[in-house]
Amino acid sequence: MAFYRAHVLVCKGTGCSASGSSSVFDALGEEIRKRGLDQEVALVETGCHGMCEMGPIVVIYPEGSLYCRVSVDDVPEIVEEHLYKGRLVQRLLYTTPDRKVKVPRYRDIPFYSKQHRIALRNCGYINPDNIEEYIARDGYAALAKALTSMKPEEVLSEVKTSGLRGRGGGGFPTGLKWEFCRKAPGDKKYVICNADEGDPGAFMDRSILEGDPHAVIEGMMLGAYAMGADEGYIYCRAEYPLAIKRLVGAIAQAEEFGLIGDNVMDTDFSFHLHIKEGAGAFVCGEETALMASIEGERGMPRPRPPFPANKGLWGKPSNINNVETWANVPNIIRNGGSWFASIGTEKSKGTKVFALTGKVNNTGLVEVPMGTTIRDIVFDMGGGILKDRKFKAVQIGGPSGGCLTEEHLDLPVDYESLTAAGAIMGSGGLVVMDEDTCMVDVSKFFLEFTQRESCGKCVPCREGTKQMLLILEKITSGKGRMEDLKILEDLAVMVKEMSLCGLGQTAPNPVLTTLRYFRDEYETHIRDKKCLAKACSALISYLIDPDKCKKCGLCAKNCPVKCISGDRNTPYVIDQEKCIKCGTCLEVCPFQAVFKE
Amino acid sequence: MSPKKPEMEERTKQIVAPWKGRHGGTIPVLQEVQKEFGYLPEDALMVISREMKIPPSELFGVATFYAQFHLKPRGRHIIRVCRGTACHVRGSLAILDKIKKVLQIEENGTTEDLRYTLEPVACLGACGLAPVMMVDEETHGRLTPDKVMETLGSYE
Amino acid sequence: MKVKSLEDLRKIKENAKDLTSARSGGATRVIVGMGTCGIAAGAREVMTAILEELDRRGLRDVAVETTGCIGMCQKEPLVDIIRPGEPRITYGDVSPGDVPRIIVEHLVNGRVVEDKVIGQTD
Repeated sequence: MAFYRAHVLVCKGTGCSASGSSSVFDALGEEIRKRGLDQEVALVETGCHGMCEMGPIVVIYPEGSLYCRVSVDDVPEIVEEHLYKGRLVQRLLYTTPDRKVKVPRYRDIPFYSKQHRIALRNCGYINPDNIEEYIARDGYAALAKALTSMKPEEVLSEVKTSGLRGRGGGGFPTGLKWEFCRKAPGDKKYVICNADEGDPGAFMDRSILEGDPHAVIEGMMLGAYAMGADEGYIYCRAEYPLAIKRLVGAIAQAEEFGLIGDNVMDTDFSFHLHIKEGAGAFVCGEETALMASIEGERGMPRPRPPFPANKGLWGKPSNINNVETWANVPNIIRNGGSWFASIGTEKSKGTKVFALTGKVNNTGLVEVPMGTTIRDIVFDMGGGILKDRKFKAVQIGGPSGGCLTEEHLDLPVDYESLTAAGAIMGSGGLVVMDEDTCMVDVSKFFLEFTQRESCGKCVPCREGTKQMLLILEKITSGKGRMEDLKILEDLAVMVKEMSLCGLGQTAPNPVLTTLRYFRDEYETHIRDKKCLAKACSALISYLIDPDKCKKCGLCAKNCPVKCISGDRNTPYVIDQEKCIKCGTCLEVCPFQAVFKE
Repeated sequence: MSPKKPEMEERTKQIVAPWKGRHGGTIPVLQEVQKEFGYLPEDALMVISREMKIPPSELFGVATFYAQFHLKPRGRHIIRVCRGTACHVRGSLAILDKIKKVLQIEENGTTEDLRYTLEPVACLGACGLAPVMMVDEETHGRLTPDKVMETLGSYE
Repeated sequence: MKVKSLEDLRKIKENAKDLTSARSGGATRVIVGMGTCGIAAGAREVMTAILEELDRRGLRDVAVETTGCIGMCQKEPLVDIIRPGEPRITYGDVSPGDVPRIIVEHLVNGRVVEDKVIGQTD
């Protein structure tokens, strides 16, 4: 093998692919060959770096330079300047949001320098399609260590020591969950990976599966060894075709290397792994519903007990953890439970990956120690609010979570403190909202989602969310009454307490937290019939500023209901009675004469 | 261009064959049949029911439970507009409305020429590029109402 | 190859280390001047010789970088070597024939090749 002095890493995750990284990859290969550098420069495709907004991302080692939004046209310059002459291509370097500083090195970018990567440690660093690169980064060393020098009980006890808790939402201690399954009588047991990442706004599981699939596989195998299981399922959303492709490839490679199969590493441990594609139902993220779906049934939750640890998949003892949880396990076994426990807060150990999205400068995945404050995440790593607007709220935990306000910015993020504030860790979606976001609209948005995804099995969830949604629709269309707020609150509490599964039990959270922290916004909608954020279309009107109107008539021409009148001599006017508030006029006006009020 | 009934039944039988007598086959079989025909034709469902010994009621129950399955023919290109949180706060509703307006279809509707089917989806997991849509297997990000129709035009 | 033991896994890892070692930055840095002047003076050939020599000797924990003109064009090709904790040594008028000697002496044995040195910075 030749000595490659430089490695050019091109992200081929879903985000960067959507921005055109495949053609950048091909162009780089072509240009490197053309310049005769193909014997000394390696071109590698990787998974997600987590900074999708800046994609396609190209990282060049050994310098560790990160280039953003690289296009095919930039390729000759990168090869000529950086790879041939050793000069940085300044204009493609990451620039801080205030446009002042260009950051030459990957690890110095604030988005990355404050992170502590455990679950994401290989994402964007290795080629996920090559098991050898994973092994080069100590991959499967934890499995080898466990199989050759640890008893299953010892693996279990390391996980208990680590304090790892479920990263999918509930935060249940992983070691304890494993122990239930280990102790359950039965000679056939299953381990399952929940990769049905359904929370809108969360994509860390997709990133891990795409960028480091072997970490998940190795984690599952360690769990299987500790619990006495010999078969596993990965239940992955069909909306993640690339993740499924990478998993299929990774499993085949692991089998070829004898790391999956019968008598792994000449021991008594055998393991077989299957992939199941989900069919598009949010409720399948709930573990009993997920198992029903693997069995080929409608994905509806069942009452617990019996718990899956005793009676799970096909009636056998089973253990389900989500992708991020499994990806942490090899690190715990390799470095020891107490190493993991030394990171984080007293009750929440280790790190958590957050999907930082919404009205923030740097969107993407950040992995931080538990206990990091929201301010650090949003302002330091996220680079603050888009267009320097005012921060209003952050929504944590997806449709099951809640909205937190400015007063929570210094809240250390861990399971307990979030729950106390009315949100939840959930899967780690973190959506930033600014002054243009209407909180009533947001809670309606989430409720629409949970209402649609309610499986319909239990009445409180099916009917309760429906009634709550009707009330919110009334309020956002200006027909609400003050007493509706009380009814809404009562319903919310009822749904929360009486629903069968996690979906219903958490569905009211967005409504409850917005009622708690933004009650005045609800009241403005009801009393003044106004939406100050100008998001609720029924409560706003489109108007034309006669001083700015150049009488071009574009608005009238494009209006679908022909409610705009005027001519070459008279400024155009919108007939408010007929207007359907579609916003077309505002979109087409070349002079910004149309505005919302 | 839907296949003739006998051919359809024959092909469905082939898809079912490896799953006969095994558990957990319902959803993979439905996925495979839908991949073959683009949707789940009633005749094919009846074949699955007979061959796998699953009552039609149960089979239809599963097929209608999951958002992924369709009982009616769909367009050549599936437009999935992301309606996740990140996309919502960055204006995905305007994208969806624009497509509806231009193509003259409703959510989950298909254009008359069977060129496009429009399906809002909960989240595509590409939140960093919000607002996002997927056309068939390709993801397109940082959309604007103007850009969206241009992108769609390239799918014949 | 099937992994049958800890030893097998270790072997694969040892072989595979090359796949990612360049990404860790390397403990020792070798920097070749690749400005227009350097290239004209034969820096490309020196670079090739360095890579071949490193490969022949199985030296992996080395980051080979390129850099632009540093203003000593008459002494090109220039090669800098930085070992952890030691000053940066600049060699001038390096020819491909000098490369094996510099690598063996400086990188492997830690002895600076005095007759080619033109500068030293901390």
